[in-house]
Amino acid sequence: MQLVLDQEQQELRSAVRGLLAEHAPPQRVRELAEADGHDARLWRRLSAELGVTGLVVPEEHGGAGAGHVERAVVLEELGRALAPVPFLASAVLATDVLLALDDTAAQAELLPAMVSGELVAAVAWDQESVPSATRRDGAWVVDGRARRVVSGDIADVVLVQATTGQGTAWFRVRGEHVARTPLRTLDPTRRLVDLDFAAAPAEPLSTSDPDAVRARVRDLAAVALSAEQLGGMARVLEMTAEYAKVRVQFGRAIGSFQGVKHRLADMCCALEQAEAAVRYAAWAADAAAEELPLAAALVQVLVAPATFQAAADTVQLHGGIGYTWEHDAHLYYKRAKTSELLLGTPDQNRARLADLLQV
Amino acid sequence: MSTPESPARDHHRSSGDATPPPADDGFRAKAREFLARHAPGPMEGLDAAEQLRIAKRFQAAAYDAGLIGITWPAEYGGQGLTAAEQQAYDEEAAHHDLPTGVFMVGMGMCGPTLLDLGTHEQKARYVPPLLRGDEIWCQLFSEPGAGSDVASLQTRAVRDGDEWVVNGQKVWTSGAQFADFGALLARTDPDVPKHRGITMFIVDMHSPGVTVRPLRDMTGRAPFNEVYFDDVRLPADAVIGEVGGGWLAALTMLGHERVSIGGSVRRGSDPLAFDNLVDLARRRDRADDPVVRDRLAELYAHERALALFNTKLRQEAEAGASPGARGSIAKLAGAELLWRAVDTAGLIAGPALTSWEEGDAAAEEMAVAINGTPASSIAGGSNQVQRNIIGERLLGLPKEPQVDRDVPFRELKVGTQRTP
Repeated sequence: MQLVLDQEQQELRSAVRGLLAEHAPPQRVRELAEADGHDARLWRRLSAELGVTGLVVPEEHGGAGAGHVERAVVLEELGRALAPVPFLASAVLATDVLLALDDTAAQAELLPAMVSGELVAAVAWDQESVPSATRRDGAWVVDGRARRVVSGDIADVVLVQATTGQGTAWFRVRGEHVARTPLRTLDPTRRLVDLDFAAAPAEPLSTSDPDAVRARVRDLAAVALSAEQLGGMARVLEMTAEYAKVRVQFGRAIGSFQGVKHRLADMCCALEQAEAAVRYAAWAADAAAEELPLAAALVQVLVAPATFQAAADTVQLHGGIGYTWEHDAHLYYKRAKTSELLLGTPDQNRARLADLLQV
Repeated sequence: MSTPESPARDHHRSSGDATPPPADDGFRAKAREFLARHAPGPMEGLDAAEQLRIAKRFQAAAYDAGLIGITWPAEYGGQGLTAAEQQAYDEEAAHHDLPTGVFMVGMGMCGPTLLDLGTHEQKARYVPPLLRGDEIWCQLFSEPGAGSDVASLQTRAVRDGDEWVVNGQKVWTSGAQFADFGALLARTDPDVPKHRGITMFIVDMHSPGVTVRPLRDMTGRAPFNEVYFDDVRLPADAVIGEVGGGWLAALTMLGHERVSIGGSVRRGSDPLAFDNLVDLARRRDRADDPVVRDRLAELYAHERALALFNTKLRQEAEAGASPGARGSIAKLAGAELLWRAVDTAGLIAGPALTSWEEGDAAAEEMAVAINGTPASSIAGGSNQVQRNIIGERLLGLPKEPQVDRDVPFRELKVGTQRTP
């Protein structure tokens, strides 16, 4: 088990952080949040220039052949910056679905374009309503509504697990065949849309076990999202500690008051443990497949509530200024709450962990 | 008391704490075999003297087998091996309930401080018997008027020719009743500000003028003591580090203490450990209750996260980065984890936690664990002190205003408001 980043991984971090500092400063994130929420130029820089969209993709499909530890590092940086790019949808969820399938043809066709950033793929993920697929005149069509699809607004391809007469199967549907209903979102930096399929032409994707694909993708998504949350937590701690050093009340910097200092110390304590857990989960994703489900459940249970607590404390410790629209604190607060619920509720996550522990 | 292995235990411990390099397989096998042969059985019902004899015998045997002081320098009796071997040993040791508590202060705090600050002669004289358990150490820091504010201590050491003469009182001294030596902080100059007039000494606890009195804690046991010094004479070479440099020495030792407490392997028999609370839930037919499962999962997550954090600290140390003040994170998180476990135990057992029949050893142990939990939030620096350390040294927040920083100790009001 390796919980400490090596030299190369640290260099990757610096490269991504540098790029985001230049091209996704908070002002830019805000502008996009109030516009269409997607920075196509930044996406091209991350994919075509830095090549970080293909870290877990094998080299034969245009990827870097690195691993989940590296991808987690990138996600941390994206989470720190609240970067307005479809990384979670395309480079995590959809990439992981394709890699978990046995469909080498679809992999060869889609992955290189996803890695290079030309193609954005999304996954119809929410289980509240599951679309259905039927065979009509020798071809498959999908019907139904997929709720809350991450980056579904800009997806060129949608991957969907749909019910068929015999269980479920995975399909790909081209963007032009779906009707998109943009949703107002708690988190303005992460777009979610409902997708309607009405006899949408669909190509089946080959796998012997559709549910195993889903399970693996869910675990990897939990690891990825936790890494993103970790980055957000690190950023709000940094922001709040800096503020506590310069903001003076009652003749002293507020960081010298134990009431403030101790909240920040607790945040630091939570962050350091979350970091160790995320490094472990990413390591397990690469090197210990049998430990991945437990590691993924662990980080979900641990990291999401800690991140929300940190974001909420950040608003609180900034006082009135932290509650304003102008301050960044609310962006992290909204992202943290959304991420806490995106893959399932905290009690569901804990029940799943208890199941895995055979409690 | 050993508990049957549960499936859950096998499952979530499958990775261990690290991936040991192949080279340590032989070492691990040696440790496992030694422990299987030499780990003492249950000690309930034995008197303290007998328990001490058993503990010393085990420590000496483990030392002779090359399993103590694994990462310590060979020059001073250690094995000179790496953290990977230490980790392998710790993992094997966690399967046993070993009587190592009495050596913890020496192994975790006094010994490492001697290695950092002691002279060659001090290290050569004291470290090997400390490791072998032939000589037990205690730490003489706290006083009735100097707990969190250790630097306001009033025990005095006055130079008299080639010797120092010590007078004063210490308190909360764990294991002083067994100790052969102590690391003592005493004031050697009351005319300078409090942090600058302190010196650390090695005290032979069998010296004339040293009196140890047991002090009962809130569990009803007496694991620690009051220690009185009446004209105790120490040789000049008893000074650890510099005369007047005792605060630096104290910080060195407190740093080791936090890492030692925070990073110590929780005993498998700790009734508040996750595995044992799962067993408790099964025994009480509460394991199907969704609320119990919810809390157990949460407890597991925090227990595991702390273990992973400690592993990460060790890996960083191997790579050459000192944990520094991050030991405070482990210490604080460990204390908070226990409170969470106490809550979970109450949720599981309900009113049955409040009373039990005479002779129910498991219930007794749980009661001691619950009543002993506040100690973790106080001993070795309270949670409040740890949070100050994290805030100030890790996050760089401004320090608390210190009104006594530049005032000669003689002019201060400290502790019980007496002036020395």
